[in-house]
Amino acid sequence: MIRLKALLIKEFIQMRRDRLTFVMMIGFPIIQLLVFGFAINTDVKHLPTIVFDQSLSQDSRDFIASLTASQYFDITDASTSYQDVTDHIQSGKTKVGIIIPPDLSANLKHGQSAAIQVIVDASDSMAASSAISAAQMVGQLKSQEIILNRLQGYTGKTFALPVDVRIRPWYNPDFVSAFYMVPGILGIILTMTMVMITSMAIVRERERGTLEQLIVTPLKTHELILGKIIPYVFVGYAQATVALLVGILVFDLPIRGSLGLLYGLTSLFIIASLALGVLISTLSKTQMQAMQMSFFIFLPSILLSGFMFPREAMPLFFNWLGNLLPLTFYLQILRGIILKGVGLSVLWTQILALVVFIAIVLTISIKKFQKKLA
Amino acid sequence: MYAVEITNLTRRFGEFTAVNAISLKIKTGSIYGFLGPNGSGKSTTIRMLCGLLAPTSGDATILGLDIAKDSEAIKHKIGYMSQKFSLYDDLTVIENLKFYAGLYSLSQPEGKRRIAQMLALAGLENRQNELAANLSGGWKQRLALGCSILHNPPILFLDEPTGGVDPKSRRMFWDIIYTLSQAGTTIMVTTHFMDEAEHCDEIGFIYNGGLIASGPPSALKSSINGLLLEIPTPEPMELLAAITSRQLPYLDIYPFGANLHVLIAEEHASRYTPFAANLISPSLEDVFVHLVKSHRKEVLA
Amino acid sequence: MITLENVTKTFGKQSAVNGVSLEIASGEIFGLVGPDGAGKTTTIRMLCGLLSPTSGNLSVLGAANPEAIKHHLGYVPQRFSLYGDLTVMENIRFIGSLYGQTTDKINALAANVLNFTNLLPFKDRYADNLSGGMKQKLALAAGLMHKPTLFFLDEPTTGVDPVSRREFWQMLYQLNKEGTSIFVSTPYMDEAELCTRVAFMNEGRIISSGSPQELRRSYKYQVFELSTPDRNLKARLKSSGLRDINAFGEKYHLVTDSSPTAITTVKAALAAANISITDLNEISPNLEDVFVALASEVN
Repeated sequence: MIRLKALLIKEFIQMRRDRLTFVMMIGFPIIQLLVFGFAINTDVKHLPTIVFDQSLSQDSRDFIASLTASQYFDITDASTSYQDVTDHIQSGKTKVGIIIPPDLSANLKHGQSAAIQVIVDASDSMAASSAISAAQMVGQLKSQEIILNRLQGYTGKTFALPVDVRIRPWYNPDFVSAFYMVPGILGIILTMTMVMITSMAIVRERERGTLEQLIVTPLKTHELILGKIIPYVFVGYAQATVALLVGILVFDLPIRGSLGLLYGLTSLFIIASLALGVLISTLSKTQMQAMQMSFFIFLPSILLSGFMFPREAMPLFFNWLGNLLPLTFYLQILRGIILKGVGLSVLWTQILALVVFIAIVLTISIKKFQKKLA
Repeated sequence: MYAVEITNLTRRFGEFTAVNAISLKIKTGSIYGFLGPNGSGKSTTIRMLCGLLAPTSGDATILGLDIAKDSEAIKHKIGYMSQKFSLYDDLTVIENLKFYAGLYSLSQPEGKRRIAQMLALAGLENRQNELAANLSGGWKQRLALGCSILHNPPILFLDEPTGGVDPKSRRMFWDIIYTLSQAGTTIMVTTHFMDEAEHCDEIGFIYNGGLIASGPPSALKSSINGLLLEIPTPEPMELLAAITSRQLPYLDIYPFGANLHVLIAEEHASRYTPFAANLISPSLEDVFVHLVKSHRKEVLA
Repeated sequence: MITLENVTKTFGKQSAVNGVSLEIASGEIFGLVGPDGAGKTTTIRMLCGLLSPTSGNLSVLGAANPEAIKHHLGYVPQRFSLYGDLTVMENIRFIGSLYGQTTDKINALAANVLNFTNLLPFKDRYADNLSGGMKQKLALAAGLMHKPTLFFLDEPTTGVDPVSRREFWQMLYQLNKEGTSIFVSTPYMDEAELCTRVAFMNEGRIISSGSPQELRRSYKYQVFELSTPDRNLKARLKSSGLRDINAFGEKYHLVTDSSPTAITTVKAALAAANISITDLNEISPNLEDVFVALASEVN
């Protein structure tokens, strides 16, 4: 115990002396949250759009007005030729081109189908899918309106739609991207800083030569590893608190579940990330190697954990791969508690997964760490 | 005629002053020994002279060229070799030399001629196809020297060239330094082996960033006042303890190899007759022990 | 107390230590002497349990497993291995508590070792801001916090100023008097004279060992010390039948195979070249003479 305490005191003194790193550890989550919370918006609106209206009729103006009203399209240019539309999209000035045929009004009048062409720059798939579904939606609504109007004109009766699908989006009824993103970013920030800090911790002592002195003392491997983990649990909590405060104050994030439970379970995730960092640190010989291995963890954490893409849509193998990452479970815990307000009865599988992860990774670290120089 | 002139050269790193207002001159064609313990500012000074570091203040000229303004011109006129000189371990002796000949853009025939000279100088003629990795410390050092003087520089800076080399190889290295000096090269060399300093024409001793003494070895030695006695003994430490406990008068006392050196005032000579002491002239190591101690006293006072 | 039997350590293809056997009794100041790259550091690291030998056996304080005896070992590595961003006192306390000492004990010991190493006035200085000599003293002080019975020091005085070097050796001597066995490596031949027993190491092998007197006695040649203003002595005496000529400071050591004629030849050659001899005496060899002779015999 005395030895572990000595290590902890040493780590805290060093942390206090290294002000810049400490400020970065706290400032980093604030900046990341603000940047990503505002910037990442999966619901892409206000796409710059060019319109080539050959019809120049009441109907075409109606249709363009409906497009603008949807907020998905910002008409930035009106064009006079087909070539012009192509040029705009190619140069990237606009993402969408809408071409209304000259015979729009005539066709509508004669009950014939009118073809409106929507050209989408699909090189940006997120924007493209937004534009496509919005355009389809506007087209369908317009068609329904016209058909209902026609029926009324023929029969003199009013009609309702035969099937009316009513969707009720629970937990985030207004589809606020930030509600979904902020807990995710919190998880990502914790992963990045915790893994990075500890992955450097032991290998830095190795590079500086101080490990040589430590190894010849009676210090035990598990003491060394715990001494490198415990101080950073505090740093992790500081980060999590800062991130949650920013979420609540800036993004109006609702905390529907128990804040106490959230804090408690956060410790599991912090320890899991630190343990992963320690494992990297024991496996690498230089700080450079540790850095590269850390990045090897980050990318899957972002892509496979469900942070960006729904895990349900992934091929089975990658879904399974995501289950090896602590972030996957922590995200479920975070979103569960913050957005759904669920408790232990729902989250126990995730808790179990994190505990097992910590136990396995720490055991490997202690086994793998050699009290030798080479 | 001075090849190197330094006036008040100073270099700070943040609050730390690595080199503190050093002034010295090196005569063309001489060997200047730059001595001092690790971290005293030797390497920093040499790096400034070679244009690798900018001075914080002060001036220095090399062959009349200003180190601040003409550092690129200076690079063609100097050779620089440090203990960490980078040889390519996976190239052979001759390949290393050829590579450096290319870096100095020597012409084909000139390169060939110089490489042959360097091989002869370093005694590596019979090992030119061996990988540098397979050379032992002393041979590597000589190859590194050969690589750094391929372009025949009039001034050579050697930073701890004999660190990590066995005593025999150290002597061979110094033989090469003499040969170069006799051919007219001006040489500035740092070392912390005091006995090597005896070979230099002039010596500067740097301690905590400041030059605390300089001059030819003989002048430095005559600066010691008092008689220096050498008492041969198989156990210098035992004898030291014995003398200090007997409260014999001395100015300084310290072990020196298998001897004890005692510096005394002339009138106390008779007190040491029972020890079969020899009166000796001080070596440079004696001088530096003396200099460092008086410098420390000054700092404390 | 320390036994090495045919110990070898290879790194890849390179063998750093090659079949070393040594027996070291307790109470000694044992000096492992040789140039850089001789294998000194590797040997010490194996003895401290930092490296495992590739082959051969070693035991330290009667234990083959170094983990068991770490409480009794002190070690000062060649490279400064304490924390530059901690103060002298913080470093001392940290190392002290790694050996499981209580706070009271640490305070008492810290005052003691800082006093012994003359570091007390610098106790609040960051280790990074100490001079080379003081860093080594700090490393020594830290190593003393648990009163080891066996102390390993790897080139503690390399690059340290001549006064600090001597102060350091006086401390080692003092510790040894108080009962600590000391195993020290050094590239300085004059420091070898201060050891009770010495092993010369070159290119991974022990080329000779014994007390400084024994090593000198084993020397097979005669050494003459020549003082002369001439600097081109080597070339001049090339064909005079000398075994070796080595510069020692401003003097030269002429090594002969105990033949009386060699010195006569030297005198004649120098007289013919009109070079004055300030002094020419037979002297007893110093350890550097011994090492140079042994190293060239092995090659």
